[in-house]
Amino acid sequence: MSVDWLIPALLTIVTAATPLVFAAVGEVVVEKAGVLNLGVEGMMIIGAIAAFATAVSTGNEFLAIIAGAGAGMLIALIFGVLTVYLQSNQVATGLALTIFGLGLSALIGHSYVGKTFDGLAKLNIPGLSDIPVIGPVLFGHDALVYLSVVSVAIVAWVLTRTRMGLLIRAVGENHDAAHSIGYSVTLVRLGAILFGGAMAGVGGAYLSVAYTPLWVENMTAGRGWIALALVVFASWKPWRAFFGAYLFGGITIIQLYAQGMGVEVSAQFLSMLPYIATILVLVIISRDSARARLDAPACLGKNFHASG
Amino acid sequence: MLVRLEQRPEASKSMIYVSPLIAVVLTVLTAMVMFALLGVYPVKAIETFFIEPVSSLDGLAELLVKATPLVLIGVGLSLGFQANVWNIGAEGQLVIGALAGGGLALAFFDQQSIFLVPAMLVCGVLGGMAWAAIPAWLKTRYNTNEILTSLMLTYVGLLVLSYLVHGPWKDPQGMNFPESRLFHDSALLPILIDETRLNVGALIALFVVVLGWILISRHIIGFQIKVIGMAPMAASFAGFKEKRLIWLTLLISGGCAGLAGVIELSGAIGQIVPSISPGYGFTAIIVAFLGRLHPVGVLFAGLLMALTYLGGDSAQITMNLPNAVTGVFQGMLLFFLLASDVLIKYRVRFGAPKINTEAAE
Amino acid sequence: MKFRSKLATAAAAVILAAGVSSAVQAQLKIGFVYVGPIGDHGWSYEHNQGRLAIEKALGDKVMTTYVEKVPEGADAQRVISKLASSGHGLIFTTSFGYMNPTLRAAKRFPKVKFEHATGFKRAPNMSTYSARFYEGRYVVGKVVGNMTKSNVIGYIGSFPIPEVIRGINATYLAAKSVNPNIKMKIVWVSTWFDPGKEADAAKTLIDQGADVIMQHTDSPAPVQVAQQRGVWAVGQASDMTNFGPKAHLTSIIDNWAPYYVARAKAVLDGTWKSTDTWDGFKPGMVQMSAFNKAIPANVVALANATRDGITNGTIFPFAGEIKDQAGKVRVKAGAKADDGLLAGMNFYVQGIDGTIPK
Repeated sequence: MSVDWLIPALLTIVTAATPLVFAAVGEVVVEKAGVLNLGVEGMMIIGAIAAFATAVSTGNEFLAIIAGAGAGMLIALIFGVLTVYLQSNQVATGLALTIFGLGLSALIGHSYVGKTFDGLAKLNIPGLSDIPVIGPVLFGHDALVYLSVVSVAIVAWVLTRTRMGLLIRAVGENHDAAHSIGYSVTLVRLGAILFGGAMAGVGGAYLSVAYTPLWVENMTAGRGWIALALVVFASWKPWRAFFGAYLFGGITIIQLYAQGMGVEVSAQFLSMLPYIATILVLVIISRDSARARLDAPACLGKNFHASG
Repeated sequence: MLVRLEQRPEASKSMIYVSPLIAVVLTVLTAMVMFALLGVYPVKAIETFFIEPVSSLDGLAELLVKATPLVLIGVGLSLGFQANVWNIGAEGQLVIGALAGGGLALAFFDQQSIFLVPAMLVCGVLGGMAWAAIPAWLKTRYNTNEILTSLMLTYVGLLVLSYLVHGPWKDPQGMNFPESRLFHDSALLPILIDETRLNVGALIALFVVVLGWILISRHIIGFQIKVIGMAPMAASFAGFKEKRLIWLTLLISGGCAGLAGVIELSGAIGQIVPSISPGYGFTAIIVAFLGRLHPVGVLFAGLLMALTYLGGDSAQITMNLPNAVTGVFQGMLLFFLLASDVLIKYRVRFGAPKINTEAAE
Repeated sequence: MKFRSKLATAAAAVILAAGVSSAVQAQLKIGFVYVGPIGDHGWSYEHNQGRLAIEKALGDKVMTTYVEKVPEGADAQRVISKLASSGHGLIFTTSFGYMNPTLRAAKRFPKVKFEHATGFKRAPNMSTYSARFYEGRYVVGKVVGNMTKSNVIGYIGSFPIPEVIRGINATYLAAKSVNPNIKMKIVWVSTWFDPGKEADAAKTLIDQGADVIMQHTDSPAPVQVAQQRGVWAVGQASDMTNFGPKAHLTSIIDNWAPYYVARAKAVLDGTWKSTDTWDGFKPGMVQMSAFNKAIPANVVALANATRDGITNGTIFPFAGEIKDQAGKVRVKAGAKADDGLLAGMNFYVQGIDGTIPK
C-alpha cells in the first residue's frame, strides 16, 4: 500500500474534525462551570445559517465567522437566562434549544437555499506550504483550523493555569462554596454559556463557510450530538476533546477510504466504527474509577440560587 | 436588580398546577405576535395549532397514537433521571426493541397465533433492555459514562436497523426495496376504535404510567431512587446498592423504550421500515422533564407534545405555514413551560432586596 | 382609499359568489407530502417545483398544499389521511416509504385520488409514477467516459437499492462503450443527505484517483469539492451548475411538472385513471441541464445523439447482451431488459469491481 493517499486523507480528517473541535471545546468550558447544555446542535445550526447569510450578502468571510459566533452566543443567551436566572431544568432546556434552533435556522435560511460562494480559502504560505508531506499537512489549511487548535490551547491554559479557570472550576465543583467566598456563580455560568454558544456558532460557521460552503436545512446532521459525546469522552479535558474529535473524524474518513479501496464489509457496519471505537477508547481510559470520578464537575446539571 | 426571585419556604402547591397554565398563556401571546409578524391571522393560527387537530374522533385517536411512545419512554426515563442515571440513548433502545419484536413477527410470518402479539411485546421489552444493558454493564464494570455510551449505541442501533431492512430482512417480494414484509393480522395490535389507528398500545402506556406511579411513590425501590438522586452519600450510608439501581433504572428505561418501539411497529406501521421513530427517544427526554419526572406529569406532557406535532400538520395543511414554524413554536412553548416552573419554588419580588437578605447574598 | 377598495372587492365578491358558486365547488384541492424540507435543493425541492407548476398552469381551478419533512414511519399515514379528510381530491405522496400508508389511505378514502412516487403497489384510486433516471445516467456515462483522463469514475452511493444500482450500471455500460479502460470506484455513505459526509466521500474518491465525481445523494457538496480539487462532477436532481461552474459537466434533473399538471388536469376533466407511469426523456420527466462549455463538441454531439436516441426509442440503455459480475447472462443478446428486471435490479454488471453491500 502506498502512502500517497495518506496525506490527502489527513487533510480530509482535519476538515471533518474541526467543527467538532470548536463545539466540543466550547462545551467543555460550559460543563466545567457546572452547566449541561444539550443544545449544541441548535447553536451550531444557527451559527451555520448566520455565517452563511453574512458571507453571501457581504462576501466577507471574517464577518461571516463573527456573525456565526454572535448568533450562537445570542441563542445561548436564551438558554442562559432560562437556566441561570429562571432555574429551568438544563437538560430539557438544552433539548428545547435544539428544536428551536433547527426551526429558526430553517425559517431564516429559506431564501438562501441554492446560493453559494467560494468558501474560506486555504492558507498558502509560499515556501512552507510547498514542502512535501509536511507542507500541506501543517501549512495547507484554512485559518479556522489553526484557530481551532489555538482555542484548545487557550482554553486548556485558562482552565488549568489561570485564576479565571480556577473560578470556573470552583463554580462547577461546588457552587455554594464559590458563592460563599464571594464569587458570582450566575455571572460565571452565564459567561461560560455564552462562550460555549460562540464556539458552537463558529463550529457551525465552519460547516457552512469552509467545509461545504452552502446552506441546506439540517446541515449539521447530528454533529452537535457528537460534540457533546466528545466532551464526556474527553473527561472534560480540552486536549482530550481535541484528540477525540480527530479520532472520530479520522475513523469516519478511514472507513470511506477503506470502501474506495475495495474492503468488502457492509457499509452500515463500517459506518458504526467511529461510534464503537469511541466507546471502546472511553472504556479503556475510564477503567481507573478513582481518577475518572474526579474529572466530572460535581455540580454538573444542578441549578444554583443565591438565597443564602 | 429590580425584579428578583425569592425562595419560597416550601414549594407552592397551587403553582404546580398554575405555572403550566401561565406558560401556555405566555406562549399563546408570544406566538400571536410571531404569527402576526409572519403575516398570519394570529387567532386562527392558535386555533389551528391547538384545537383543530383534536376536533374530530380521528384527530383524538391520532393524538393518543402519537403520545403513546413519548409517554412510555418518558415514564421509563424519568425513573433513571431521578437517580441521576443519564440514559439519553432511548432512541437506540426503541429501535432494537422494535427489531426484536418485529423480527419475531417476520419469523412467524406464515403462522397465525393469538400468542404472537404478546410474545412480540415481550421481545420488544427484552430487546430494549438488552441494548440498555450495555451502558449499564460498562458503567458498573468499567466506570464508563452512560451519556456517551447510550448516545453512541443509538447510532449503532440505527445502523443495525438500516442493515437489516436493506439486507436480510427486506421483503422477498418487495422488488429489493428497503422494507420488510407486511405483518399479518395476528402480529398487529388490536384496534380500539374502528376506522382509526387507536390501538391497545395506548392502554399499555396508561398501565405503565400507573405502574411507574406506584413504583416511585409506594415502593422501596422508588424511595431508593429518589434518595440516591438527591443525596448519593446518604444513600450509600443507608446501604443502598448504587450499582443495582444503575442496572435497574437503565433496564426499566430501556425496556420501556423497546416496548414503545414494538408498539409503534405493530400498532401504527405494520412492517419494519428504515425509519421507525422520528426521534421519540430524544423528544421523550423533554417530555420526562416537562412532566417533572413524575409518571402522571409525563402523561400530560406527552399529550401536549404530541398535540404540537399534530398542530404542525394542521398549520401546514390549512395555513400553508412551513414546517420550520412548528419547530420555533415548539421551542417557545417548551421555553415558557420550563421557565414557569420557577414559580413553584420561588416568588417573584419587585424592588431591591431588604438589607438583611442582602447580607445573606 | 384602501378601505373603500376593500369594500368594493367584498361587494363584488358577494355578487359573484352567487353566480360562481358551482365553479368554486369545482376547485380541486391538491395535497403533497414531502419526505425532506422543500429547502433541500434536491428531491423534495423538485417535487415542490412540480407543485408550483400546477398552480401556474391551472390557476384558480386548483389549490395546493404541502406538508414537508414527514417521516416515513407512523406519521406518514396520519398526514396522508388528514389531507384526504380535509377536502383534498388529489394527493401526491413523494417518497417510496409512503407506499403502504398511501395504500391504506386509498382504501379508506375511495373518492380521493392518490399518486405515489417510486412504488409498485396500486389501487383503483392509487397510481404510481417514477422517472427513468437511468436514461440520464446513460447519457452522462457517454460524457464521463470521454472526459476522464484517469479512467476512474468516483460514485457516491446512498443506499444499495435498485434505483441506485440501476444508475451505477447505466453509467458504467455507457462509459465502457466509449472507453474500454473505465473503472468505477463506489463509496456508500449510508445517508441521502449529509453535506459534510458527501464532501468527505468526494474527497476520498478524488484522492484515490477519480477525476469525475458522480453522486446519488442529494446535496450539492460533492460538486463543490470537485470544483475546489479541479476535477469533473455531475449533479443530481436539480441543476447544480451554480455550486461548481468549472467542474459541473451536467446535472440529471427531475422534472415532475409535466406529469403533475397532466394528472391534475385529468382529475378536473374526470378522465383520471389509476396508472403505472415510468417515464424518462420522452415526456420530459428526466432532463439534462446545459452541458459544460469545456466538453468537446463531438462529446456533446454524442451525448445529444444518445439522448435523442433514447427519446425516440432507437437506443436502449439496458440492451443485451448484459452479464452480471458472475458472468451470468441477465439480458440476452438482441433483447432489452424488461421493466421487472430494471425495477428490482440488484446486481452489478460485469466489469464493475467490488460487490453490492448486502
